[in-house]
Amino acid sequence: MNRKMIFYVVGQIIKLEALLMVLPMACALIYGEYRTLLAFGITVAGALLVGCLITLSTRKCDRTIYAREGFIICAFAWIAMSAIGAVPFVISGDIPSYTDAFFETVSGFTTTGASILASPEPLSHGALFWRSFTHWIGGMGVLVLMMAVIPTNNDRSIHIMRAEMPGPIVDKIVPRVRNTATILYLIYVVMTFVLTLFLLAGGMDLFAALTHAFGTAGTGGFGIMGDSIGSYSPYIQWVLTIGMLVFGVNFNLYYLILIKKFKQAIRSEELWVYIAIVVISVTVIAGNIASMYPTVSETVRYAAFQVASIITTTGYSTTDFNLWPGFSKTLLLMLMFIGGCAGSTAGGLKVSRVVILGKTIRRELKVMIHPRSVPSVKLDGKRIDDTTKNGVCSYLALYIIVFAVILFFLSLEPFDLETNISAVAACFNNIGPGLSGVGPMANYSAYSAASKYLLSAAMLLGRLELYPLILSFSPSTWIKK
Amino acid sequence: MKIIVCGCGKIGSTICEDLVSEGHDVVALDNIPSVVSSITNTLDVMGVCGNGADCETLGDAGVSEAELFIAVTGSDELNMLSCFLAKKMGALHTIARIRNPEYNDKSLDFMKRELELSMSINPELLAAKELYDILNIPSAVKVESFARRAFEMIELRIKENSPLNGLVLKELREKHKTKVLICVVQRNDDVYIPDGNFTLQEGDKIGLTASPAEMNKFLRSIGLMQKKARDVMILGGSRTAYYLAKMLEASGSGVKIIEKNPEIAQSLSDSLNDTVIIQGDGSEQELLLEEGIANTDAFVTLTGNDEQNILISIYAASRDVPKVISKVNRNELASMAEKLGLDSIISPKKIISNIIVQYARALENSRECQVETLYKLMDGQVEALEFHVREDSRLTEIPLRELKLNDNILIAGIIRGRRTIVPGGNDEILPGDRLVIIVENQRVRDLADILK
Repeated sequence: MNRKMIFYVVGQIIKLEALLMVLPMACALIYGEYRTLLAFGITVAGALLVGCLITLSTRKCDRTIYAREGFIICAFAWIAMSAIGAVPFVISGDIPSYTDAFFETVSGFTTTGASILASPEPLSHGALFWRSFTHWIGGMGVLVLMMAVIPTNNDRSIHIMRAEMPGPIVDKIVPRVRNTATILYLIYVVMTFVLTLFLLAGGMDLFAALTHAFGTAGTGGFGIMGDSIGSYSPYIQWVLTIGMLVFGVNFNLYYLILIKKFKQAIRSEELWVYIAIVVISVTVIAGNIASMYPTVSETVRYAAFQVASIITTTGYSTTDFNLWPGFSKTLLLMLMFIGGCAGSTAGGLKVSRVVILGKTIRRELKVMIHPRSVPSVKLDGKRIDDTTKNGVCSYLALYIIVFAVILFFLSLEPFDLETNISAVAACFNNIGPGLSGVGPMANYSAYSAASKYLLSAAMLLGRLELYPLILSFSPSTWIKK
Repeated sequence: MKIIVCGCGKIGSTICEDLVSEGHDVVALDNIPSVVSSITNTLDVMGVCGNGADCETLGDAGVSEAELFIAVTGSDELNMLSCFLAKKMGALHTIARIRNPEYNDKSLDFMKRELELSMSINPELLAAKELYDILNIPSAVKVESFARRAFEMIELRIKENSPLNGLVLKELREKHKTKVLICVVQRNDDVYIPDGNFTLQEGDKIGLTASPAEMNKFLRSIGLMQKKARDVMILGGSRTAYYLAKMLEASGSGVKIIEKNPEIAQSLSDSLNDTVIIQGDGSEQELLLEEGIANTDAFVTLTGNDEQNILISIYAASRDVPKVISKVNRNELASMAEKLGLDSIISPKKIISNIIVQYARALENSRECQVETLYKLMDGQVEALEFHVREDSRLTEIPLRELKLNDNILIAGIIRGRRTIVPGGNDEILPGDRLVIIVENQRVRDLADILK
């Protein structure tokens, strides 16, 4: 176990976070919020100091890491980031309780969007900006960002990238890890910029456009209004619907389009399944809720927005879907588990895993009917090797177990089952709002401090896809044999 | 520069490793998924799994933008075919490993031309050449030649009773009246480019440069000149053994090859004339003694098994064979073998990798001052490079002591026509010269890189 290297990277991440906090500082300065400015200033200084101390003391270390170190680096980096990211909220007085601030920050970085605030409106602009900006950083991943901006000469950074990027198979799109990270971030930045322009065109002011673009790009879901997106115009709602869906697609496909390999991009099965799920869900829900709204266009708009928001695990809402019929709510709850595509900013199980699982089940059935047949599981026309296939199956098993354990402990809270199940589903899959007591118009403030930490852990587990956190906290990783 | 390496076995992965550390974008292609995943886990390369002669796989690897395509799979035919396809699909340069002796005779030029290969490499032949060079100067650990053998560099290990032991370098010329330059010293794991006050010690590995004639004179004056090996015993009938035996036969030395496999032994016997082929297990001491290991001039182990090579070499050294050379492919074993007292170790994959790196560095260089030869010395920490000098106002016709060179760079030799100069402060570099420089821990692509 290369502990020095783990701390070195975590130190780098802390320094990087300090640099990123300069943006909300600038925002606070523009709006003249000096208390927020001071809060961020203190945090930046503290984080820089801690980061430099750690990196200086571990500067001369062996840089060789293996998959194990990659996972642990990833887990520690995210925990450190969240712990530090929560500090400005507390100092500035926006969210006085550290537990609440930590929950809010984890929710931000993991692009969950679950909040303990009844309404974000009283928050200062600097704090609101940081809240949304954490979505943007967490969406593509802070370690990926580190690889793109800090020159590291390490052959094995791929392990860190694998640990952070979601999906069953993580591969580079160009030979160098660093260039891969840079290309992904460039695509991300450009797409966020375009989305901001569209939002500005819809009459949003720059601050609202930026925060909503961050929330959409990271598929996070923090808004700046009490009723999320409900009070914005239908144009804005459509732009965000499409925006969310676009950010829920595997970014490798955008690179393929960029280098004009359209055929290869179109060939992606995951993309088609994703589109099919969206279209079918929108149609079914629109049919189900048709009687609740006066016009067809309004019905379709609400249905499409909510489906896009839930499947991409964003968590914005335009209406209180808690009032929808049970059938629609159940469908939305199921979409929470599917999530977006691998290699996107979305959470959940990921469409590609669902596709592989479906095909594996079909294969097993085929083998039962024809015991001597040798069917193979293919994705995009290529055979999936057994390691990946088994990995997906055991991931699902672990996913269900972790879900059950979290739900078990959360059920100590005096809330009904629907509230608790949807709270765990919404946090674990990084969506944000659940149903009933944690529905889109309610919030998580009613939970006890212990439950808030539990749900924070659920969000991190979901964003980092279980293994990094579980490995970091299992004793066998640390005990020398 | 984008480079695709097809075939990631021992040689392929070494090439990938060296090219990545040179800063190239490398795509590794192999048809075994586990090989691809292990190379992408350890090196910063992109892995593609598939057949190297399949257009779709080549397309996935991005062959149309590749500047260099290297095929080093185990099969010559596959290498040639995939290089041919790669070239047709847009790769600018292609290199194929072709090692079957039947392809390496007259038909090679024809094939290279028709397949538009930029280069073909034959690791076994190159290894055999290196072995042959060492056998000609048995006191050297390693011999590298520059400028068509007009200049050479040898590596020596300083023994306890050597006159070089305890010598301060500035006394070297006075004492031995020679134009030999000691340009690099490896002591334990550190490498130095020494100045005049450097004192040599027992156990140091030193690199000497001079013209071959001067080198002979020097080696004689320090009592290290040995006659070249006239009677060589080779263990293992690999292709390298075949090529080496052929060269030794031509120079009139006696060769004995010990090979276990009867069929290989028979085919060697068919294709070689004067060499004695012994069919038997070389790990049996009895057999080695019976075949006269005690009286042989040199013993070369070339079996496919590193561990066996090392062990039998140690046994041969204990029998006082004057020169023992072992082929060891794995890096970690090579350094262990050195610790066990085996000096002369050759590694075919390193030889190939050096040539590829040299080729890539020359391609990368837009100007004309290209790297003509590149050797990695002292475990890769030091490079010896040969350049052909063009007109350059910052470099030529200026006394060397006025040139501001970067740190850790040494001009080891100037070759002007047929004359070689071991440079002093008053010498000048002229256009048309060939220059041999020694560089520690940096990359030099162009002669201009050596100036501050």
